[in-house]
Amino acid sequence: MGASDEPVLEARNVTKRFPGVLALDDVSFAVRPGEVHALVGENGAGKSTLIKIFTGVHQPDGGELRYGGGPAAFATPMEAQRSGISTIYQEVNLVPMMSVARNLLLGREPRNRLGVIDATRMYGEAERALAGYGVKADVRRPLRTLGMGAQQMVALARAISIDARVVIMDEPTSSLEPREVETLFGVIRRLRDDGIAVIYVSHRLDELYQVCDRVTVLRDGRLAHNGPMAGLARLQLISLMLGRDLNEVRASGATRFSRDHDAIATGEPVIEARGLTRRHVLREVSVSVRPGEVVGLGGLLGAGRSETAKAIMGALPLDSGEVIVAGLPLRRRSTATAIRAGVSLLPEDRKAEGIIPNLSVRENIVLASLPHLARGGVVSDARIDEVVDAFIRKLRIKASSPHQKVSELSGGNQQKVLLARWLAMRPKVLLLDEPTRGIDVGAKAEVQALIDELAEEGLGVLLISSDLEELAEGSDRIIVLREGAVVGELSGADVTEEGIMASIADHSPSAPPSTTPADHPSRAEAHD
Amino acid sequence: MTDTTTTAALPRVDRARLFTWLQEYGVYAAVLTLLLLNVLFTPRFLEVANFRTQLLQVTPIVIVSLGMALVIGTQGIDLSVGSVMALSAAMVVLYLGYGVLPALLVALVAGAAVGAAGGSLVAYVGVQPIVATLALLVGVRGLANVLVPQLMEFRNPDLIALGSSSLAGVPIIVIIAAALTLVMAFLVRRTTFGRQVVAIGGNRTASELSGLPVKRVLLTVYMISGVLAALAGVLATARLQASDPTSLGLFIELSAITAVVVGGTPLAGGRIRVLSTVMGALLMQLLSATLIKHNLPQSWTQMVQAVIILAAVYVTRERGAR
Amino acid sequence: MTDSKVFPAHKVPAVRAAGAARREHVGRLLQQHGALIVLVAVVIVGSFAFDFFATAGNAASVVVSSSFLAVIALGMTFVIISGGIDLSVGSLFALGGVLAAYGSQAGVVVALLLPLTVCGTVGLVQGLIIARTGMAPFIVTLAGLLGVRGLMLAISDEGATTYLVKDTAFARLGQGELFGLTYPVYIAAVLALLCMLLLQRTGFGQNVFAIGGSEHAASLMGVPVVRTKVLVYLMSGLLAGLAGALNAARLSSGVTILGIGLELDVIAAVVIGGTLLTGGAGSVTGTVSGVLLLGVIQSLINQVGDLTSSFQQVVSGGFLALVVIAQRLLSKAQRIT
Repeated sequence: MGASDEPVLEARNVTKRFPGVLALDDVSFAVRPGEVHALVGENGAGKSTLIKIFTGVHQPDGGELRYGGGPAAFATPMEAQRSGISTIYQEVNLVPMMSVARNLLLGREPRNRLGVIDATRMYGEAERALAGYGVKADVRRPLRTLGMGAQQMVALARAISIDARVVIMDEPTSSLEPREVETLFGVIRRLRDDGIAVIYVSHRLDELYQVCDRVTVLRDGRLAHNGPMAGLARLQLISLMLGRDLNEVRASGATRFSRDHDAIATGEPVIEARGLTRRHVLREVSVSVRPGEVVGLGGLLGAGRSETAKAIMGALPLDSGEVIVAGLPLRRRSTATAIRAGVSLLPEDRKAEGIIPNLSVRENIVLASLPHLARGGVVSDARIDEVVDAFIRKLRIKASSPHQKVSELSGGNQQKVLLARWLAMRPKVLLLDEPTRGIDVGAKAEVQALIDELAEEGLGVLLISSDLEELAEGSDRIIVLREGAVVGELSGADVTEEGIMASIADHSPSAPPSTTPADHPSRAEAHD
Repeated sequence: MTDTTTTAALPRVDRARLFTWLQEYGVYAAVLTLLLLNVLFTPRFLEVANFRTQLLQVTPIVIVSLGMALVIGTQGIDLSVGSVMALSAAMVVLYLGYGVLPALLVALVAGAAVGAAGGSLVAYVGVQPIVATLALLVGVRGLANVLVPQLMEFRNPDLIALGSSSLAGVPIIVIIAAALTLVMAFLVRRTTFGRQVVAIGGNRTASELSGLPVKRVLLTVYMISGVLAALAGVLATARLQASDPTSLGLFIELSAITAVVVGGTPLAGGRIRVLSTVMGALLMQLLSATLIKHNLPQSWTQMVQAVIILAAVYVTRERGAR
Repeated sequence: MTDSKVFPAHKVPAVRAAGAARREHVGRLLQQHGALIVLVAVVIVGSFAFDFFATAGNAASVVVSSSFLAVIALGMTFVIISGGIDLSVGSLFALGGVLAAYGSQAGVVVALLLPLTVCGTVGLVQGLIIARTGMAPFIVTLAGLLGVRGLMLAISDEGATTYLVKDTAFARLGQGELFGLTYPVYIAAVLALLCMLLLQRTGFGQNVFAIGGSEHAASLMGVPVVRTKVLVYLMSGLLAGLAGALNAARLSSGVTILGIGLELDVIAAVVIGGTLLTGGAGSVTGTVSGVLLLGVIQSLINQVGDLTSSFQQVVSGGFLALVVIAQRLLSKAQRIT
């Protein structure tokens, strides 16, 4: 059975507004039975919002949702599920401590004549259901004893067994082994043959080309492209996602970076990360930054950029690899050690990992440097005020007073507060993870100018940004990551948006992700 | 606030503002109101002896709740404080033969040790605070009872003096509590440690990423709570002129948590209100004294207490959720 | 969805996986049956060490005195598995007793219905507050602890009035014997079986596990979170009230000073029985073993002349600490990374 013409699930001119953001702006999307439809876009493109509208988590503010040929509205996830829309999330949303069988059949357990759960039948049903997904595990054991891939399969089996007509898969392969990915694709093809519609969200382009029939690209809450997968060139897809028209790439100038970033910095690296490796996350990632240099980390979402920064900071446990700051290796892998050595990380998730929301601007700024601003454990107001005032002025932080709660500030000013927190520590290296995401245009330009200034003053900067323009114009050198490994390095005149996109697209995935550390345990010793 | 509409009927913004006001000043307003009502309607309320009794009764709660406020500020809880009081009461009489100071020291060290045990479980093993300190509540009370199986009177004049003498008419015990309150307020507001405690309670991940010694701070917080509880135990024992590990400090953890919560410190951590905590303790004491003076039974006090706790947590929760 | 998400867990190579699986299996067995194993060991050692211990009379007295704790612990097991805690059970136990004794003036039916209705209502209200407002179970039931004890004092003239059970049918419920054991033992046993069935073999039981394991996942899987939570606290209230009523029948009076600190014994028994305080795992058999273990230890300590009964607290406190540390370490070891 091929794809029929009548869409089973459709969003017509859907708009969704959140306080301060227009998450979806007049977006239309349709998926037909027996079709595998790729939904792609970078962070903030509106994919998640669209999916959440399909699954009943959000309701659209404008436009129409149609399902099975008629208008539809799902008030709760439960309603969407009952109507036949199943979702598999990137993180397995099952209960880890419950047995595989109970997870699989929760809410639909087979009963015996007395109306109580029939365990024997339940285990039998579960085993039969899982057999088709290549999972050979004792269904009586807790789900968490299974590998991530097998867990994902259980989630998939659960989703499909609820008589699904539409299955939404959100980054289903992010923690699967290549073999498991193959099994998953087999299942997807079977679903397609059964006339089930599949919406497939992933950033792994090769996967899209392998299983998807059509593709919809969202960008900044708008529909950027919709068409068949076949015939769409890889580079073109990337430029659609990143929003850079290939012809326009050359005409730049919107960022505030002014420094000549083509100069090749010389001298000893101030920081050097060698062979950072963690299963499924990072593979032999090596990065070095010289004083006064801005090194960009390029790559699509999920390529391992933030993880690299966290690993350098000692906040991500590693299987192997080492970090050398100013010639000396970090002995203990902890954030405190890294900070003492002069490394600072501006985390991507400002709210969860950066600000202390109920403390004032002043206290947030001096959080890390407090011990230096105290005498005998007693904080010195005079010294704190000096530091805080200096940074509020230097970074042009807009707050009604230093005593205002940081949570009341705009995103851009919160970001400046965090920058100030680190600059007060006089770091040698700044790791900036999406420093301008979610802040308004004016603040963005200011932060970009600041990055320039800091590099000028001799700091080593590692810049992570999904904004290609920012990355290209702000960096002296760019290291491109893909699926947790370095796939390219650009320097000098090659540091352009086009160059980055080509580098992301180039490395053909069909050459399988070469080695995993498990296959080569000897690699761990290579750097000793 | 003057009309009679329920809070649910208020527009969202007004309600949030009302709750903010209540969290900030509610406890002070309540204490003032109660005082005023008492001055007007309670005979002989203004007599010095009455004040003295009330203050003496609330002192151990105040001291314990100072430590509790610190612990709750880190999103934790310390249920072991009552048992620590019992243990320190036992220790102080057992070592009284060596003099008051050594005995006091032993008692405080015992409290610090219990706090260290709870703190290590919480910070290093990762046990939930409520469970870790529950185990200590049960075990330490037992230990105290094993050490001193029944009420044990003592005649050490120094210890008795600590409990019964006054300075300029104010009992020494009360002076100690007042001094500790000031020290704690200073600790929270003006020291690196205090600010780190608040930051860790406000956002542990961010604190860790900022290089704060999170585990060490947590351990210290529970040790301080233990030492304060032990001190409260010694002072209560001095006043009783007898060591009574069976019933000393029973349920004081509830009173202390109540004081902290009623004082407007959110259970979600990230904020510590020292003076308000003391006010919270005073409010509860004043409330029960008022009800008793007006011949309303004990049962009323408890029911009113329950309602106040729920209301206080509801108000602070609303603020936390924003 | 964000770049920074550290991917949660990963498979270990096959060889290590086999070892991990075995460790995991042993760990799970220990967690589920640890209390039972220790119970058997203590009984065996006790039987050899003390003549009086392995007598039918002693066994009966342990079982009889444990039955009331067991009834409350059954409800607490559900609460804790769902990820909550109920501190009000000690007060509800006392209130149930007083109400039962008071109600027995109007016969056995009222003597049972009155405490069940009132304690059930308290549980229901607590459950509603917890499930609807998202306030911490610990603080809500702490208020319940205070309020309920106040209520109990209010209806007993500040504890001055002790209602006596005059109704013989009701008194027999607590005192009657069958094969040397009093009725409450059988009631507790039947309830334990019912709870086991409820927990393991019904949709409600599955929902309780799911909520305790991951409330977020549970709600995505369509579990009625609010309803399940409310039912769990309702159940805990009902069982605590029933235990109080049965105890009043046994004592022939509604004693007002009972149940102080009882919630701690109950929680200790449940946790020692292998139920995770973080929720999501636990069993009725474990809870029953935990209750009996505490009872046996109490009996041993009582009968060894030179030990005071406070020693039992030290032992159960220490035991509790060991159990939570072990649980914590086990769950660390079981996380496959």
